Amino acid sequence: MSTPAATATKSRPEFRNIHVSQIVRYRMPAPALVSIMHRISGAALFLALPFLLWMFDLSLISETSYERMALIASGWIAKIALLFLIWALLHHFVAGIRYLMLDMLVGLERQQARNNAIAVFAISLPLAALAGLKLFGAF
Amino acid sequence: MALANSPSGIGPKRLVVGAHFGVGNFLLQRLTALILVVFVAILAVRVVAAGPLDYVAWASLFVPIWMKVLTLVALLALLYHAWIGMKDIWMDYVKPVSVRLTLQTLTALWLLACAVWSVQILWRV
Repeated sequence: MSTPAATATKSRPEFRNIHVSQIVRYRMPAPALVSIMHRISGAALFLALPFLLWMFDLSLISETSYERMALIASGWIAKIALLFLIWALLHHFVAGIRYLMLDMLVGLERQQARNNAIAVFAISLPLAALAGLKLFGAF
Repeated sequence: MALANSPSGIGPKRLVVGAHFGVGNFLLQRLTALILVVFVAILAVRVVAAGPLDYVAWASLFVPIWMKVLTLVALLALLYHAWIGMKDIWMDYVKPVSVRLTLQTLTALWLLACAVWSVQILWRV
């Protein structure tokens, strides 16, 4: 039996957790973008930790190992990886400061939260671009 | 009864159970973040003050014992910060308990190893 109530139930949209394949089609507001980027950059920094510690080690052991570290870091693949990590660190750092401010109830209103989320990108992306220019020897 | 006038705002009829590790980790995530902000600021000031960096200038930043201790504290804060963050990621995305526990255990062991390695790196300078 098809009652009006049954068809209404059938056509009602269901909201479940979004699937990975849907993420790319979602138009996320700036705070959501800051949030997921914070997570992605954090995970990237965690995965890069062994390499970063290794480079830190090389940079401190001796003059020779310091030169070796500089040589390793001068290849263009290494430079692209480093640039990505610099961006990750900058984003994680700036977004993290925003979260600390939100914890203290600063800028928590919706419009303010959107604005300061955009400010995170406005600070971290130019700094990353600057680091990139420096890294690839533009100045 | 303490439960009846609980100040948490959750309500008098709900019994909140658990070991409250979540609250502790939430606060430690913020504390370790603050430590890292302060450390980055100090390191940045010292790097700028050192002038053009070569090996000697860079390595001598880490020679004073207070800098070793400060750097180690910052690295330990970083590792604990990473532990909480990675645990949250595994908990959010990895549903099978066996896989999640394996990943969490490996993460913890790896970060612990990094902590030991950090001591070796710093005290060799």
